[in-house]
Amino acid sequence: MRNHGIGASFVVAVSALVGLVGVGAPKAAAQDRVIRVDGSSTVFTITQAVAEDFQKSNKGVKVTVGIVGSGGGIAKFLKGEIDIADASRPITQSEADEAKSKGLEFIELPVAFDALTVVINKQNTWAESMTVDELKKLWEPEAEKKITKWSDIRAGWPDTKIQLYGPGTNDGTFFYFTEAVVGTPKSSRSDFTASEDDNTLVRGVAGSKYALGYFGYAYYIAHKDQLKAVAVQWDKNPVTKKPVGPSQEAVENGSYAPLSRPLFIYVNKQAAQSRPEVKAFVDYYLAHAAKLAAEVKYVALPAKAYELLNSRFDKLQTGSVFLGKNTVGMHIEDVLTDEQK
Amino acid sequence: MRPIDHTIRRGQLQDLIFRVLGVSLLLLCLGTLGVLIFNLAHDGLSRLDLKFFSSFASRHADEAGIKAAWVGTALIMLVTALTAIPLGLAAGIYLEEYARKNWFTGLIEINIANLAGVPSIIYGLMALGLLVYKLNFGRSILSGGVTLAFLILPIVIVATREALRSIPQSMREAAYALGATRWQVIRHHLLPYSAGGISTGVIIALGRAIGETAPLITIGALTYIAFLPPAPFSMMDSGHRAGAFSWLMTDFTVLPIQMFNWVSMPGEDFQANAAAAGLVLMLATLGINAVAIGVRYRMRRRIKW
Repeated sequence: MRNHGIGASFVVAVSALVGLVGVGAPKAAAQDRVIRVDGSSTVFTITQAVAEDFQKSNKGVKVTVGIVGSGGGIAKFLKGEIDIADASRPITQSEADEAKSKGLEFIELPVAFDALTVVINKQNTWAESMTVDELKKLWEPEAEKKITKWSDIRAGWPDTKIQLYGPGTNDGTFFYFTEAVVGTPKSSRSDFTASEDDNTLVRGVAGSKYALGYFGYAYYIAHKDQLKAVAVQWDKNPVTKKPVGPSQEAVENGSYAPLSRPLFIYVNKQAAQSRPEVKAFVDYYLAHAAKLAAEVKYVALPAKAYELLNSRFDKLQTGSVFLGKNTVGMHIEDVLTDEQK
Repeated sequence: MRPIDHTIRRGQLQDLIFRVLGVSLLLLCLGTLGVLIFNLAHDGLSRLDLKFFSSFASRHADEAGIKAAWVGTALIMLVTALTAIPLGLAAGIYLEEYARKNWFTGLIEINIANLAGVPSIIYGLMALGLLVYKLNFGRSILSGGVTLAFLILPIVIVATREALRSIPQSMREAAYALGATRWQVIRHHLLPYSAGGISTGVIIALGRAIGETAPLITIGALTYIAFLPPAPFSMMDSGHRAGAFSWLMTDFTVLPIQMFNWVSMPGEDFQANAAAAGLVLMLATLGINAVAIGVRYRMRRRIKW
C-alpha cells in the first residue's frame, strides 16, 4: 500500500513539474527582437563580424549566429527556425523544392568569395603548379587505390606515396571542390585523411613533404610560412591559360578559376518584409561585407556586384540564380545581371 | 637458508614491483594532467584577465571574451543540477528502499546501467526530437540543461544506490525496532548517512556534464551570441518586463563550444583565447571535484559506526 502511495504521488509531482514548465515554454521566442542566423562555419566568420558591428550601432537588436553547417543551416531555414541561412554553396534543387512546397520564399545573396586553395608542403618543389585535369585525376572516385604516388599524376614526379588531406564530406568546401574539379558535387575518392577542423589539415600538410590537401584561403594565409599554394591551370579559364595561384587580385579579376567560390546568405523574404530589424541587418551586411570579408581573410565581390545585390534585395527578388546552373568560372556580375534580363 | 625465507623474499619482491608499478602509473596520470595544465597556462594565461570574462566573442582575438559562454555554462549547470538531483535521488531511493526485487526492477536496473554507457550525442538527438520539437522547449537553456540532466541521471541514480547500499542493514533494523516508519528511516537515518557518497556521485556527474559539447550542438546551441539571458523581472529592450523564468527560454552558448570555435579559427591569434577558455573550463572542473572531496571528507567525519 505504502509503496504504491509514494510511487504514485511522485509520478504526479514529476508530471506536474513537466507540465508547468511546458505550458510556459512556447511563447519563448517572441519576447525580443532577435535575428537568428545559422549555417556554414566558413560564412560564420563574416556573419559574426557583421553582427558584432551591427549590434554596436543598433542597440536593442540582437543577432545570434550558429555553425551547424551549410546543409544544416538550410534545413533550419526551411523549418522557419532562423531568418537567415549562411551557406558556402548554393541551395540545391531538393532544398529549393522543399521551400516551394512550404511556400517559403528566400532571397539569395552572395556576399563574398572564398578561394579554395590546394596546398603542398614547403619542401615540395615539383608540384608548384598543376592543371585542373591533374587535380581531377587525383581526386575523382576512380583514383581510389590507383593514383597513390606522385608519379601516377605526372611522369617525372617522385615515385613516392602521396598523402592526401581534405575536408569532411558534409562540408561546403568538399561540395564545391568536387563540383569544380571532378565535375559532380560530392564525388570524390574516399581514401584521404578527412577532418572538419581545417587546422588539422594544415598540420598534416605542413608536417609531411609528400602531402597535398585543400581548404579555404583564410587557413592558407594564416599559415603561409608553413605551406605552399599550388597554382592552378585551367584550359577553360576565361582570363588566362597560365597557372594562377590564389590571391586577392586573382579572385577579383576572375583568373583564379575554377576554385574561387561565392559564399551566400539566404534571407527569409517574409522576415525581410515584415521585420524592419532583419531588413536593416541585411542592408548593413551588404554595405559592409566588402570591408569585413577582407578583414577575416575572404575576398570581397566587385563593387558592381554589391550594387546589383542591393537592388535585388530592395526589390525582394526571390529564387536562386546559382541553382541548376554551372557557374564555375563565371564572373559574379555576369551571373547576377544574367538574371536581371 | 630456510625455504620460508625464499617465500618471504619472493613476496617482498612482488610487493616492491607492484609498488613501483603503481607509483609510476600514478605519476604518469598526474604528469599528463600537469603537462596539460601547464600547456594551457603557457598559451592562455596572458589572456586571462577580467576583460576576458566580461567581453563577448569578437572577430578581433584580443577583444574576444567568454561572457556569453561562462554565463551559459553556469546556467546550464544550474538547470542540470536542479533536474538531475531530485529525479536521480528519488529514483535511487525508490529502487533501493521501496521496489520489490522482481523481473521488472531487474529490467530497470539493466537499463540504467546501459544508459550510463550511451554516447552523449544520442542524448542530443533524443532531446532534439523530444524537448525541442515535441515539448516545444526550443533551443533554449532549459532544453540544454534537461538534456545534460538526462545524460548524468544514470550516474546519479547509481551513486545514490551504492551509497544507500553501503549502510549496514542493522541501522535500518534498529530504527524500525524503535517504531520508525519507512519514510522516517530514510529521512532521519539513510539520507544523512549516505549524503557524502551521494554528493560525491552528483558532483562528479556534474563535472562530466560541464565539458559536454556534442549533445548541446545537436539541440542547437549557438556559437556567436552577444547578449545574456534576461535577469528575472528585469526590463527588456522590447519594453516588457522579463518573467521570473524568461532566462530559461533564451538561446545560449557554452564554454566548450566557444573553445572549439576558437581552436578551429585560422591563424594563431585565437589559439591563445582557446587555451584561456580551456584553462577556465579546467579550473571549473577541478573546482567541482575539489568540492566533492571536501564534502565527502566532512560527511565522513560526522558518521561513525
